[in-house]
Amino acid sequence: MSNTYDPVEVTPLHADEVARMEAEAIAAIEAASDLDELKHVRLAHAGDRSPIALANREIGALPPQARAEAGKRIGGARKAIGEALAARQAALAAERDERVLVEETVDVTLPWDRRPSGARHPLTTLQERIADAFVAMGYEVAEGPELEGEWFNFDALNIAPDHPARSEHDTFFVGSVDSGMVLRTQTSPVQIRALLSRELPVYVVSPGKVFRTDELDATHTPVFHQVEGLAVDEGLTMAHLKGTLDRFAEVMFGEGISTRFRPNYFPFTEPSAEMDLRCFVCRGASAVPGNPPCRTCKSEGWIEWGGCGMVNPRVLVACGVDPERYSGFAFGMGVERTLMFRNNAEDMRDMVEGDVRFTLPFGMEA
Amino acid sequence: MKFPLSWLREYVDLPAATAHEVAEKLTAAGLKLEAIESVGDDIKNVVVGEVLSIEELTDFKKPIRYCSLEVGEAAPRWVICGATNFAVGDRVPVALPGAVLPGGFEVGSRKTYGRVSDGMICSARELGIGEDHSGILILPAGTHLGADVVELLGLRDDVIELEVTPDRGYALSIRGVAREVATAFGVPWRDPADIEPPAFDEESYPASIADPTACDRFVLRSVSGFDQSAETPMWMQVRLSRAGMRPVSLAVDVTNYLMLELGQPLHAFDRTKLTGPIVVRRAEPGERLETLDHVTRELHPEDILITDASGPISMAGTMGGLSTEISGESTELIIEAAHFSATGTARMSRRHNLVSEASRRFERGVDRELPLYASWRAVQMLVAFGGGTADPGLTHAYVDAEPHTIVIPADHPDRVAGVAYGRETVVHRLEQVGCTVVAQGAAGGQAGAEAPADLLDGPNPAELLTVTPPSWRPDLTDPNDLAEEVVRLEGYERLPSVLPDTPAGAGLTETQRLRRRVGRALAAAGYVETLAYPFIGARDLDGLQLAADDPRRRTVRLANPLSEDEPLMRTTLLPGLLKTLVRNVGRGFGDVALFESGLVYLPEPGAPAKAPVLGVDRRPAEDELAGIAAALPRQPLRVGVVLAGEHDRSGWWGAGRPAGWADAIEAARIVAREAGVEPVVRADRHTPWHPGRCAALYAGDELIGHAGELHPRVVEAFGLPPRTCAMELELTVLEVALPGPVQARPVSAYPVATQDVALVVPAEIPVAQVETALREGAGELLESIRLFDVYTGAQVGEGNKSLAYTLRFRAADRTLTVEETTAARDAAVALAGERTGAQQRGA
Repeated sequence: MSNTYDPVEVTPLHADEVARMEAEAIAAIEAASDLDELKHVRLAHAGDRSPIALANREIGALPPQARAEAGKRIGGARKAIGEALAARQAALAAERDERVLVEETVDVTLPWDRRPSGARHPLTTLQERIADAFVAMGYEVAEGPELEGEWFNFDALNIAPDHPARSEHDTFFVGSVDSGMVLRTQTSPVQIRALLSRELPVYVVSPGKVFRTDELDATHTPVFHQVEGLAVDEGLTMAHLKGTLDRFAEVMFGEGISTRFRPNYFPFTEPSAEMDLRCFVCRGASAVPGNPPCRTCKSEGWIEWGGCGMVNPRVLVACGVDPERYSGFAFGMGVERTLMFRNNAEDMRDMVEGDVRFTLPFGMEA
Repeated sequence: MKFPLSWLREYVDLPAATAHEVAEKLTAAGLKLEAIESVGDDIKNVVVGEVLSIEELTDFKKPIRYCSLEVGEAAPRWVICGATNFAVGDRVPVALPGAVLPGGFEVGSRKTYGRVSDGMICSARELGIGEDHSGILILPAGTHLGADVVELLGLRDDVIELEVTPDRGYALSIRGVAREVATAFGVPWRDPADIEPPAFDEESYPASIADPTACDRFVLRSVSGFDQSAETPMWMQVRLSRAGMRPVSLAVDVTNYLMLELGQPLHAFDRTKLTGPIVVRRAEPGERLETLDHVTRELHPEDILITDASGPISMAGTMGGLSTEISGESTELIIEAAHFSATGTARMSRRHNLVSEASRRFERGVDRELPLYASWRAVQMLVAFGGGTADPGLTHAYVDAEPHTIVIPADHPDRVAGVAYGRETVVHRLEQVGCTVVAQGAAGGQAGAEAPADLLDGPNPAELLTVTPPSWRPDLTDPNDLAEEVVRLEGYERLPSVLPDTPAGAGLTETQRLRRRVGRALAAAGYVETLAYPFIGARDLDGLQLAADDPRRRTVRLANPLSEDEPLMRTTLLPGLLKTLVRNVGRGFGDVALFESGLVYLPEPGAPAKAPVLGVDRRPAEDELAGIAAALPRQPLRVGVVLAGEHDRSGWWGAGRPAGWADAIEAARIVAREAGVEPVVRADRHTPWHPGRCAALYAGDELIGHAGELHPRVVEAFGLPPRTCAMELELTVLEVALPGPVQARPVSAYPVATQDVALVVPAEIPVAQVETALREGAGELLESIRLFDVYTGAQVGEGNKSLAYTLRFRAADRTLTVEETTAARDAAVALAGERTGAQQRGA
């Protein structure tokens, strides 16, 4: 860069020259007809290589006394160009919004079901939900085989070969009737497996498939699902069983929904109870004469849900657990039945046929 | 069993409670209400009339009578009747015009058979008593004319039907339920068995018990000169009908009536048909008996029989024999009342598939003390209503049985329930049940009932009670049985609700989480979950085109399948999935993708055919448990998918894409990835898949399953849409190898460098091989590799294909130079060339 002052070399800084550049720039800005063009205009008249930017660089070449004035002049021009650009930008953007976006309008109500999503079976997700309610109380999920030893399914559960309860279970026998193997008729054999394999205390819940020789109809299916619970610890009482199932009822059906026990008989529990659920729809109101009827509980105020009781000490003995020291409770409920009253599923055949129209509405969780 | 409330009221001083209130209390005590039936309420204006005259009308195809009847009104009524079993002077029920019969049937005055019929003469069935419609119900002579028949016969009643659990045989009787009702309402009651039969020294008929394990009490009494034409009293017929039994004949009705009232099954023999002394014993080989239902039964050596010199005459407590049955001519009756082994009758009933009212009761336990009393009441009734004489004499064979006692700490029910009932309540409740309760150490304590030593431990040992259950409660054997009696009578509703201090749990296991993840991932990918039955048939395996020696034909067979077409347990999920797919297609859903996750049942060759049934008095030894495990088939968890139709739908956006082999393999990848495995895919030939479109999937070296398009023969056999695809993986294998937490990778801030490469390889080289070589050859700078084009055609030569890849390189610590990325690319190409013969296109 030369140290001498040469007025010829700084022509761009002349006032009229600066004015011309400004005028050209503003004319070009005004002439830009859309945002794309304006982008080019911005580059040409306000960019790093625009005449005004190049002129700005020459300020350094002026004698100090001339620099201020030239700088002011250039600065003014750049400001004017910048303002013009901004104004034009705003105007063109508004115009685009006004016109172009309107032209690009589509029908957003068009369907887009190119790959419809699937669904999980409500019986699966309901089993998970029930299990989760107990997992939250500290239980673990226990498992066992579906094709089970007769000893696990019956004998160890205090159902001796001639016990009337044994013939009430319409059992599928494997191989021959005396093979000692059956399709499990209940999830209760998992209790035995849990007691044989786990350290005490035991708090487990076991959902799963069970089998009885019933023909399929609206309310029966030979293959169905149960969720079984078992707690064996020191000092457990029926009050604990009631507390646990009340809590469970609340988790599943909402605050204030409790259970009711009625005496019943199961060989593997003593005392035993039938467990009813306070109707979560009418909350018992429909049982009072004069109130509107309730479809869910058939105006009984309670819904039969499952069976429960204190683990029969004979079961503990068969598993090598000292009944003098430990006591326990067990409970079980049908998942199909729960789906019927909880989700208004009316026909069990729908649950087994695999018709996608039944399952799809349940999505990822029933 | 059905309990007419009037029958219960006969023995219980019931307050004015409705049937619903009674049923509610019984339900709370463990006798569950099945149904309440109010009967007779709908009957009105039926009165007693006397037949004054009968005019036989002969102009009709069947006999028709036109009768005049005195019904206590100013003038007789004239009525048309189609029955002929009555005569002038008989008293009969007459429904007057305006009367209503059961079911709301209204009787009016009407013209019929050319006469005006001013009402109707009723049969028993028309009044809602039983099934008898053979003729008019003839009422006893002397019945008050014009009396209301409903009142007269006690037709108005509430019938409570209760579900009786198998442990409580005593509740299959008026006697048992009356006791429960009295306890529930806290009112007195009368025991219908509380009678005092006279003492006899001589036998009524010779009889003995040969097998004391089969029968421990056998009682016979006899009645002579019984009048078989005697009718069962109307009130008894009404009660039997209300309780659900059909009146038959006086002798049969009396035995049934007493069985219902007392719970003691009774049997009547025709004395003249007996030969020689009666012996109660087990069957001998080859013995047979024709029972009352006219079935000749081959007897089993364990069957319990009543026999005489001629051989078997009755299956004890189950069904009598035809040869000694009482008939219309029988006048000499032998009444049998016995106590048979509960398990013995249960087994016999099951073996012969023969369930009777008697067997139902014996199985559940009958009061051992009842036979003496029930048989005497039977004799009294037969004499009173059938005009016979009670023969002196009583046969009473029995085996002494020690009463069973149970020792419990007085606070045992408290500890079971978590409620402080207190000793007094416990003793009171047990006594209400009928138990004898003696405080141990007190006078009269049972010497034989020693308390377990550990019950006496502790600083404040509770007082011990020696409890002797009553003879009608053989179900009370254990301390907890007694606890249940106290808890239920005190009311289950009294139980407090207390959450136990549960120890902290570990949550779901990794495998449990995996199963849920797999389900969600497949559902998110468009698959709908199904739960097919695990039953299959040989036809399904044939349909899959499995070879004769295919291991999937080694199945578990059910002894009693629901359908003879599907007696096997599945060894693959595919038949169930395919049939469900066909069902959906048939219902109009042609674009369908399904999945199922479930067990298959794989018997091990050489496994024992039987699993031992172990004892229950202790924990089985490990080798005993291993014996069961060895017999059970392996039951791994599988997941399968099937899909057909369009996987990407056609629509306004254009054409869709049919489901194809690649979707099935991708489904396998979705599952494997959830298990942290990128499966290795290799071409395979495996039924039921298309031999050229079948992939075997591996986790490392381990086979996890197959996927691809099904063989056209399979498609045809199952009636599937063309090119149906399927996948089946064994989740159990993946569960074993779960890799644990995913390891995070540092995210490089340096720019990516991209290189494209096109390789020509022989057409038969699997793409997976080329890609593996490229990956390995490219080394650690390679970030990702993507196949973006596959081309076959003249430009790459016959028998070749061109594979175009984008390779992306990036380093963690620097910007890569062109030289570096080119070198990495060249190394990748070189290794691919070495392993697969790939040539860089244009090179």
